[in-house]
Amino acid sequence: MTRTRSSLLPYALLAPGLLWLLIFFAVPLYYMAEISLKTGTLETGYSMTWHFQTYVDAVKNYDEQLLRSFEYAALSTLIALIISFPLAYVIAFRGGRYKNALLLLVILPFFITYLVRTLSWQTILDDDGWIVSFLKTIGLLGDDGRLLATSTAVIAGITYNYLPFMILPLYAALERIDPRMLEAGYDLYGRRRDVIGRVVVPIATPGIVAGVLLTFIPAAGDFVNAELLGTPQTTMIGNVIQSRYLEITDYPTAAALSFILMILILVLVLAYARFVGTEALTGAEEEPA
Amino acid sequence: MNDGGQGGRRAGSPSVRLEGVTKRFGDFMAVDALSLDIERGEFFTLLGPSGCGKTTTLRMVAGFEDPTEGRVLLDGDDVTGLPAFKRPTNTVFQSYALFPHLSVEKNVAFGLQRQGIDRGDVKSRVAEELERVGLTREAARRPRQLSGGQQQRVALARALVNRPAVLLLDEPLGALDLKLRKQLQVELKRIQREVGITFVYVTHDQEEALTMSDRIAVMNRGVIEQVEGPEEVYERPATTFVAGFIGVSNLMPGEVVSANGDRAELRLDSGVTVSTDARGASAGERAHAVVRPEKLELSRADEPRANGKPAVEGVVESSLYLGTATQFVVRLGDSTAMTVLVPNADESARQRLPGAGDPVRLAWANEHIHIVREPKTAVTN
Repeated sequence: MTRTRSSLLPYALLAPGLLWLLIFFAVPLYYMAEISLKTGTLETGYSMTWHFQTYVDAVKNYDEQLLRSFEYAALSTLIALIISFPLAYVIAFRGGRYKNALLLLVILPFFITYLVRTLSWQTILDDDGWIVSFLKTIGLLGDDGRLLATSTAVIAGITYNYLPFMILPLYAALERIDPRMLEAGYDLYGRRRDVIGRVVVPIATPGIVAGVLLTFIPAAGDFVNAELLGTPQTTMIGNVIQSRYLEITDYPTAAALSFILMILILVLVLAYARFVGTEALTGAEEEPA
Repeated sequence: MNDGGQGGRRAGSPSVRLEGVTKRFGDFMAVDALSLDIERGEFFTLLGPSGCGKTTTLRMVAGFEDPTEGRVLLDGDDVTGLPAFKRPTNTVFQSYALFPHLSVEKNVAFGLQRQGIDRGDVKSRVAEELERVGLTREAARRPRQLSGGQQQRVALARALVNRPAVLLLDEPLGALDLKLRKQLQVELKRIQREVGITFVYVTHDQEEALTMSDRIAVMNRGVIEQVEGPEEVYERPATTFVAGFIGVSNLMPGEVVSANGDRAELRLDSGVTVSTDARGASAGERAHAVVRPEKLELSRADEPRANGKPAVEGVVESSLYLGTATQFVVRLGDSTAMTVLVPNADESARQRLPGAGDPVRLAWANEHIHIVREPKTAVTN
């Protein structure tokens, strides 16, 4: 009896997670797939017509926003990585007893809701704000130049909002590295760039990959930053989906666009995983050749 | 064949010279004005309990720590303040610190590649070094796929392949089990003789230090208590700290009654006066006399005294059968506890040994007793 119980235990432990995935992932996904192939309006109701043309039209009509989404997401991810790596490195290796305090400072702004933080960026980047006037004074910005309602503002907003998703996995990966490993690098005639490039980065790769994915994926689907900090010229695919759903109630197109976004992200992630190797994704050991 | 870069090194200057090296961490004095010369090709051990400053000393030679005061010289060149990658030293870390993302081969090649050695040379030198440590077949493996002993060998090969002027080893066998440790001690010693490189070895294991070293520096609280060969350190410990740290010793307190030239007379608190080498002691000073347990001759107090050797009397407190020997603890009149080791050479003699409560006499040959002074007065080179 104890044997059956212990052999069932793993399934029992898996059950809540599986149930969660079923209710909040598999079912909505199915519902979305179904509606994306229907035609009709909210008033007349939708009927299943296996209308694959919706997908073709969606790509045709919104290719610009799709492309922009990936461009902004990629740029934001890259900037976040460039900002986060040195920061996480310093906290991990030089933080000493202030490590936790510094980490807290990193995530402190995120105790405030996403929307409020993005709205506050409106104020910061405002045409009458001190940043714009300062940039104008030093001549970096023309007299009629502005920051708000530009692609720069949207990318900056996305970068800022997803920064912790980059810093935390990076920090976790760097913090695990034995400082002796760095010393060994220096001891074996490595200069700083050798030690960072050939020891630290390769060992921290799983963290870098995790950070890139955690930043890139939600960034590609983001609409809040484009909505609050951008203009119609900077709309991302998230904005389109949001307005198709809530404003125009064109459910089939919205659902089709969601699927297209998901598939494109999946393809990109798989290509990325292939490029860096599955070992880097999971941190597992690769069998020797 | 393995002299490598040693030919061009300045003759006459020691391999490693520390001049008044001090290291403070905040208020903590890790290493206190340490001066030391280590000769070329020497197997030199820094021995001491944890926190005695031995690892900090090693790290200052490697370039991982800068001394607060003093100078570090390698082959006569002042390297104080030079970063690790500019020093002709390599380190074997206690945790090995092997690069987990690189194969054994690439780990070993790392240092040579950073020095810009030809690809072909790197390949042959790595192969040669892996053969030396017996890991040719493991070349393509990752460190995590190896046993502890194998990882230790990779760490050694990775450092040695660079033919450093000085190889620094920080408790390299500390993580291994006893049997493997013994085996690797022998192997390390063989490799050191083979390559002829100066080894500076840090350990807290006195037995390891005695087996492997040409010279041992016994450290305590940031200072060196004694620097001498294993035999001298064991047979003639300079201070009570050294006597207590290395092996089991019997310390009998007393007072120096006279000291002239090389000899000193020490009156023990148990009443016996012994004559020893002076070691810088002066009359009136409190000191100890040390005798190793295996140098004491145990006999029953009522047996006639043989050969006029100096002796003290006491009572057996306990006896413990150890297989090759029987260990006695004898309490002297002045309450000093003495450990005595009697070899189990003759079974019938063993049967006649005294038991707990029996009055006994402990005698020794005069050359086996030495004066031991209080710590921190040791003569450092």
